[in-house]
Amino acid sequence: MSLVTPQAFVLGMSALGAAIVMLGILGIGIGQGFAAGKAVEGVARQPEAQGDILKTMLVGQAVAETTGIFAFIVSIVLLFANPFIGML
Amino acid sequence: MELGPRIIFSIGGVNVTETVCYAWIVSIVMIAFALIATRRMERIPKGSQGFAEMIVEFIYNLVGNTMGKEHSNFAPYIGTLFIFLILGNSLGLYEQRPVTADLNTTFALAGITFILIHYNAIRTKTLKGYIKHLSEPFPFMLPINLVGELAFPLSLSFRLFGNITGGVIIMALLFGGLEGITEGMEITVPFLLIGIPLPANFFFDIFEAGLQAFIFTMLTMVFIANGMSAQEHHE
Repeated sequence: MSLVTPQAFVLGMSALGAAIVMLGILGIGIGQGFAAGKAVEGVARQPEAQGDILKTMLVGQAVAETTGIFAFIVSIVLLFANPFIGML
Repeated sequence: MELGPRIIFSIGGVNVTETVCYAWIVSIVMIAFALIATRRMERIPKGSQGFAEMIVEFIYNLVGNTMGKEHSNFAPYIGTLFIFLILGNSLGLYEQRPVTADLNTTFALAGITFILIHYNAIRTKTLKGYIKHLSEPFPFMLPINLVGELAFPLSLSFRLFGNITGGVIIMALLFGGLEGITEGMEITVPFLLIGIPLPANFFFDIFEAGLQAFIFTMLTMVFIANGMSAQEHHE
């Protein structure tokens, strides 16, 4: 049985953590899709308000995206600027 | 894989990264275009003057529709921000690192937005009204509201940074993968790079760049107008 060095263990666990963090993206897909669906309903009902609805939808989706972006930044930090390697 | 921006040169311990250099270049391009387009102004615009007038009119319409006609004095700042973000985000088209793929840039821009929001809120409804607005609905909510206000520039800067950096990473992976395939086929010329990354380039450097610039300026406008007009609704 080969020994796992501490560094390799930390690196592997960091990669796993980065992957798990990215599961937070799941909610964004649902939320943005829901917003887009409602926007389509609104446009179908009131085609003349398309510009305003599109603008509002984009801003709302951008705000909904925030949590996912935080998750993404955590995973970037784990992958490229790993704080745990320095602690060894 | 190296992710951070390259350091071009350093003056006395201060590193000047490519982000700073490209931000200068983008600013110079913007200033040069503004100067050239307004060199010989004519009553009936043509050529570059017409294009510049189109941009200015678009920005004024956007600001007027979003913040209200009475706040159109914000249009110069908003327009500068919008054009700077569009140009800065789309530097990936020239195979360079976008200016906004650096947290320093986006955080500085979000800091300007933060200062504008609170300066204008205090200016329009006096310090007393501002503190009163912050301690709504109950006075003991003041710390929670303060944290909420402080989180806004953070989320604004991280949103832009995350979106653009995600694009940069995916483009780097795509280019690396295509190069690896050609190397695996033992062909020295990476011919797969011709045309295949084009849709990704279109998405990340044109569509996403414009969208994120629009969202950043839109949120800036909405929050500045919100901070200024919250009191006007009550009275």
